Amino acid sequence: MDGTSTPAEGHTHPTPALYLRIAVVLFVLTALEVGAYEVARRESPAGLAAIVVPLIVPILLVLSAGKFALVAMFYMHLKQDSKIFSGLFVFPLLLAAVIIVALVALFSVVHLVP
Amino acid sequence: MSHADAHAMHPPTATGLDTRKLAIWTFIGSECLFFASLISTYLVYKGKSLVGPLPHDASQCMLDGRMQQCEGVFEIPLVTFGTAVLLFSSYFVVKALSGAQRGNRKQLIGWLSATVVGGLFFVGMQVYEFYHFFHKGLGYTTNVFSASFYTLTGFHGTHVTLGVIWLSTVLVLAIRGKLPPEKALNLELAALYWHFVDVVWIVIFPVVYLMK
Repeated sequence: MDGTSTPAEGHTHPTPALYLRIAVVLFVLTALEVGAYEVARRESPAGLAAIVVPLIVPILLVLSAGKFALVAMFYMHLKQDSKIFSGLFVFPLLLAAVIIVALVALFSVVHLVP
Repeated sequence: MSHADAHAMHPPTATGLDTRKLAIWTFIGSECLFFASLISTYLVYKGKSLVGPLPHDASQCMLDGRMQQCEGVFEIPLVTFGTAVLLFSSYFVVKALSGAQRGNRKQLIGWLSATVVGGLFFVGMQVYEFYHFFHKGLGYTTNVFSASFYTLTGFHGTHVTLGVIWLSTVLVLAIRGKLPPEKALNLELAALYWHFVDVVWIVIFPVVYLMK
């Protein structure tokens, strides 16, 4: 059982149970994000904070990317739908990521306030 | 009428795909670039405010006509709850779409109503948050944080509001019995937009609220 079903129109869609599991995973990942934030903010317990504080940005980015991928692949059906739709979404998404990184990098070396 | 019959009613397209679905994905692609520009602006101005209030830390700010010590404005528990509601509303609309495709009217109307309520809750949370921030001295032009924050989250909130209106019109169609399985694409298009609004928030929430 791979968690997908085949309705009359021929596309394979995730089963209701898989949709629910994804919702639970999304909730757990959000809880982990907020948990990491709280540990970093309060810097306690000391041992855990020592690990989390320097890694807080990568941790949040990875968790966020995981949630994003789950919603896009399963709830938006990109995993099952035509690859043309995936292309229409993924190409601008990559472009958007490049724009964000480029602008942040540019303005980190240019002083806004003289 | 079966789904295959419904497909047969539409003229063939060059791609073999429904043009409306192609259009919504193209629109969503363009929206990625729109939100990228707003997120970039927020990140570029992050930490560059000269006066408070600030998102996380205490600062000096102008309140009631005099400079005074202000606390950070963010209310993480409230926004976390709003985030959870928005995430679950994506699950609700998937269940509603499943009901529409199977001709299960009760499932369609129930889950779609829950989606609309979830969206309304999120918009209400954001209105409350903005009102709360304003009374803490954070106006639109107070500092670069406030301008970029209100612009980014305000545009997202506007998208959520438009999504709620779109889903509500589909809900009215469903209640009137005008959304049979062969017209489930009407809901699928609205659902795709709704999921996009959700994934944008999945990025905004950690970037804006959780990264100091």
